[in-house]
Amino acid sequence: MQYLLLIYENEKDWSALPEEERARSFEEYMAFAGRLHAQGRLLAGEALESVETATTVRVRHGETLATDGPFAETREQLGGFFMVEAEDLDHAVRLATEIPGARLGAIEIRPVMPTPKPQ
Amino acid sequence: MDLDRLYREHRPRALATLIRLLGDFDRAEEALQDAFAVAVERWPREGPPANPRAWLVSTARHKALDRLRREGTWSRKREELAYTAPASESPREPSEEPFPDDMLRLIFTCCHPALAPEARIALTLKTICGLDVEQIARAFLISPPTLAQRLVRAKNKIRKAGIPYAVPEPGELDERLEGVLRVVYLVFNEGYAATAGDHLVHRELTAEAIRLGRLLHELLPGEPEVPALLALMLLQDSRHAARTDAAGDLVLLEEQDRSLWDRASIREGLELVAEALSRGGAGFYALQAAIAAVHARATSPADTDWPQIAGLYELLLGRHPSPVVALNRAVAVAMARGPETGLALVDELAAEGSLAGYHLLWSARADLLRRLGRRDEAAGAYREALKRVEVEAERRFLERRLGELER
Repeated sequence: MQYLLLIYENEKDWSALPEEERARSFEEYMAFAGRLHAQGRLLAGEALESVETATTVRVRHGETLATDGPFAETREQLGGFFMVEAEDLDHAVRLATEIPGARLGAIEIRPVMPTPKPQ
Repeated sequence: MDLDRLYREHRPRALATLIRLLGDFDRAEEALQDAFAVAVERWPREGPPANPRAWLVSTARHKALDRLRREGTWSRKREELAYTAPASESPREPSEEPFPDDMLRLIFTCCHPALAPEARIALTLKTICGLDVEQIARAFLISPPTLAQRLVRAKNKIRKAGIPYAVPEPGELDERLEGVLRVVYLVFNEGYAATAGDHLVHRELTAEAIRLGRLLHELLPGEPEVPALLALMLLQDSRHAARTDAAGDLVLLEEQDRSLWDRASIREGLELVAEALSRGGAGFYALQAAIAAVHARATSPADTDWPQIAGLYELLLGRHPSPVVALNRAVAVAMARGPETGLALVDELAAEGSLAGYHLLWSARADLLRRLGRRDEAAGAYREALKRVEVEAERRFLERRLGELER
């Protein structure tokens, strides 16, 4: 099954970390992605720029409304994601615990809905 | 022939195997119902089959395949159900023989931490215990449609989120078992602690919880917390007949007629406590069961080994600190070393604040003040308790105590 692992962290907590800790965390992320890739389980994975750079778009009555900021103001922000192939939810949970963000923030696991893919 | 008994006896395990074979809760429940319909017709006439469970599984499986064919979804589902096809069509015939792991799979799936706590309870009572939606809804004082919705959502999540139908890996077993035991004990307490409402429904919940405890004990013989929880439930339930009077009012442990305690439950409970302790049990349930065992062995309140109970609460508080455990310890210390010492501990807890809304803190305080002859202060504490009490029988008990002081 495919799962999207959404990494939520408080950006302020993250930037408050000492430089060497952030570097260590980055290395952990790279190692995690490397392990996933070696197992053929990594479908996608990226880190995102800060929510300060987010833009939210809505179309209403044919009119485009683009506003500054994230869709929802929350204490923790979406900071990155991994799309993985896992055996089942228990496996996805085990993978999520390996993400450094699980210790500082939280990982939301969302199963991917099976849909036909464009050829 | 007692079809009801056969149904009760074989339903959970047959269903557990069918869910594995069919890969779907609803399809398995439906198919098992179909199979029972055949059994109701045939068994009284022909006698039950030599192995009723295997017969039920095999009949239900064929019914499920019939249904799929009828629904015209056969071709679409065939691939996904390939592993359930008869041997002639597929070389990978899974065993229809129910094996003990199926029951554990079902238990761990129903109590999976990714399900909402109230959904775990509902799913356990519906799927494993076989209670119907009406019964469960009545027990939890919610409407049947709300409960049905809760079940649909839970089964949906199991399917869509890929919650595995599996026994947890050894490294995760302890933590997951803790979650299962919590569900069982919640079911028990829902039945045991409620002194208002539908008495029969509540007796049913305690009976189901004890049945679940026995099942787990049979399936996981090596885990000390399993016999410990079963012992705790049996020892508490042994006092069932003594803990309310004819008017339905609560009778405190020290005032109970101990001749009404159920000796068979106590005997079994004490044996299970010994088993848990011999397996090195010192967990949450083992310590509570050990405390219940000290009470069960005492022929009168005065005969109770209060220093031992206080010591056991001390251990429990060290490992599972909570204000409620601290309050129980304070009460035990009061019994062991006098109300003065106990009152100091209760006052410490009251000052700490987290139990300020808990009526038992105030009634414990009131009781200690009463014993010390400080009647006015005791009455004041009973009034504070009355402001916070929710269960009707407990309210009447507190009012009676207050009345005695004001006389």
